[in-house]
Amino acid sequence: MSVMMTPMLRLVSKRVLTAVVLWTVAGAAYADLSIDITKGVTDALSIAVVPFARAVPADGGLDVAAVVQHDLEGSGRFKGMDRKDMLSAPSRISDIQSADWRAAKNDYIVVGRLTSLSNTELVIEFDLVNLLSGQTLLQQRVSVAPAALRHGAHRVADLIYQRLTGTRGAFATRIGYVSVDGAPPAQRYQLLLADADGENIRVILESAQPIMSPAWSADGEWVAYVSFENHASAVYVQRVRTGERRLVSARAGINGAPAFSPDGRKLALTLSGSSGNADIYVLDLATQSLTRITEDPAIDTEATWSPDGKQLYFTSDRAGGPQIYRVAAQGGEAARRISFGVPYAARPRLSPDGTQLALVVRDGSGYHIAAQDVAGGALRVLTRGTLDESPSFAPNGVQIIYAARERGQAILAMVSADGQVTQRLKADRGEVRDPVWGPYAD
Amino acid sequence: MRKTLTLLVLASVLALSACSGKKVKPVTGAGGEPVVSTQTGAQTGGAGGATSGTRGTEASTANGALGPTGELGSQRVIYFDFDNSDIRPEFVDVVAAHGRFLANNPAVRVRLEGHTDERGSREYNIALGERRSQTVRRALSLQGVKESQIATVSYGEERPAVAGSDELAYSKNRRVEIFYIN
Repeated sequence: MSVMMTPMLRLVSKRVLTAVVLWTVAGAAYADLSIDITKGVTDALSIAVVPFARAVPADGGLDVAAVVQHDLEGSGRFKGMDRKDMLSAPSRISDIQSADWRAAKNDYIVVGRLTSLSNTELVIEFDLVNLLSGQTLLQQRVSVAPAALRHGAHRVADLIYQRLTGTRGAFATRIGYVSVDGAPPAQRYQLLLADADGENIRVILESAQPIMSPAWSADGEWVAYVSFENHASAVYVQRVRTGERRLVSARAGINGAPAFSPDGRKLALTLSGSSGNADIYVLDLATQSLTRITEDPAIDTEATWSPDGKQLYFTSDRAGGPQIYRVAAQGGEAARRISFGVPYAARPRLSPDGTQLALVVRDGSGYHIAAQDVAGGALRVLTRGTLDESPSFAPNGVQIIYAARERGQAILAMVSADGQVTQRLKADRGEVRDPVWGPYAD
Repeated sequence: MRKTLTLLVLASVLALSACSGKKVKPVTGAGGEPVVSTQTGAQTGGAGGATSGTRGTEASTANGALGPTGELGSQRVIYFDFDNSDIRPEFVDVVAAHGRFLANNPAVRVRLEGHTDERGSREYNIALGERRSQTVRRALSLQGVKESQIATVSYGEERPAVAGSDELAYSKNRRVEIFYIN
């Protein structure tokens, strides 16, 4: 395996690699996503989110209260009041006629107002009131640049969600995913980012060759991915804000399954070398030094880090079929199998607190998303699709986004880790897949 | 959302070159974050073959102009069973025909592209596709084909031959395609 240790620069110098900007496609057509709840909790909280007093024209026409309500309803844990039924539109606590809102069966009310402080700062002030007790639960300001007002609205939803459920919301986060357009074999691939509600879509990479396995750095600055743009697999890391990208591995054979370490300094990778046998490696991004973690004639791939950076979880078929294993991230240790009871267990991803593992399992009815306690314990199968794959936890651990196939179309879907809430993010055309939930932005 | 032209021009100053020597210009879309577009140029190395990546079709239909002819030699796709990388009996003679041709023409090279159906996790399928192309590589080697004549690549489930989620589509997608490079 000496080829694996060859410095990357020497390897890539053997090839002529070029890329050309496709000016005409930049700015880019892409499919829109729409979210809908397919199952919510039975005891959803009733909340009235009253339209916020606007700051014209600095708010750019964005309806902040509508974004907040859509976020809260999208979580499956809230039922928002229909605006048509609102008798008044208070923007301050002193203007709330509590009896009216209680009569309309609301438990909580949110009022708010926008103020334009300067060309560069918009302030959202909002209040959350318990209509039954009269208690003010939140009185807060969120300050944003005007161009980031939608993000500010998601932060408002995060704060309300946290106050009422005890868990930080994850609405002000982003997802990454791959979209594919066109019929085989002439397909086009895009790597996209979107707000967690499917809005605000940005294309960050496009190619005529496959793009797969996007992975965020813990600070949200970088996305790693696999691109076949040179008719072979290669792993790149790209800085989201600037588009700067670096080729980090274009070795012989497989270059796949990148995963940033929690401190962002290392990348776990799957490499095969010219022998074709996939094993797990850890690449130090600053020094380019490569540490081999597994050495087994079986397939070892899809590594993911524990939150403390000390362990790697990965898929291996060393026992015959694919199962989940754990190994020390510094190497030099035998791997331990941790999945049992299903013939197929693959693509592990850890919850942010490191206690739960999401994975893909196969049973008699197909491939589903399941979760299990890392400490041991039974698998809980969370989804009922036939081709569910690529699970990824939200940074608050409440939901898992995954890829599914519905009536022949590849879509994204979400399921809560307790299985109670399910949602669907559907593209208006083409296929979407390989979702990965980004970290908190702050 | 798509009023991009001025921003495109403004952002083009951000051209950065990756450490590969690859020149990639980020292009800012309306949202402020750049789009990187890739286009594969001509390649000189053995891993290449197709000369353009703009249409993405060249690598997906096994070419017939080069390589052996005849009933066996003109077959360029080897099909596999589910989650399996063994060469099925009906393809042993096909692989052997390619092996004889390559052994007799040591200047000719092939690229073996391994593929899977869409079931199962994507990266696991990359490894499975690589395993399939390695099986064909070993069979060719046993016939005296030199290692330097063979390159392998796995696309896993990323480049299906046909669309569809039924066994007929799956059976067409679990394959190794043999490409003659020169």
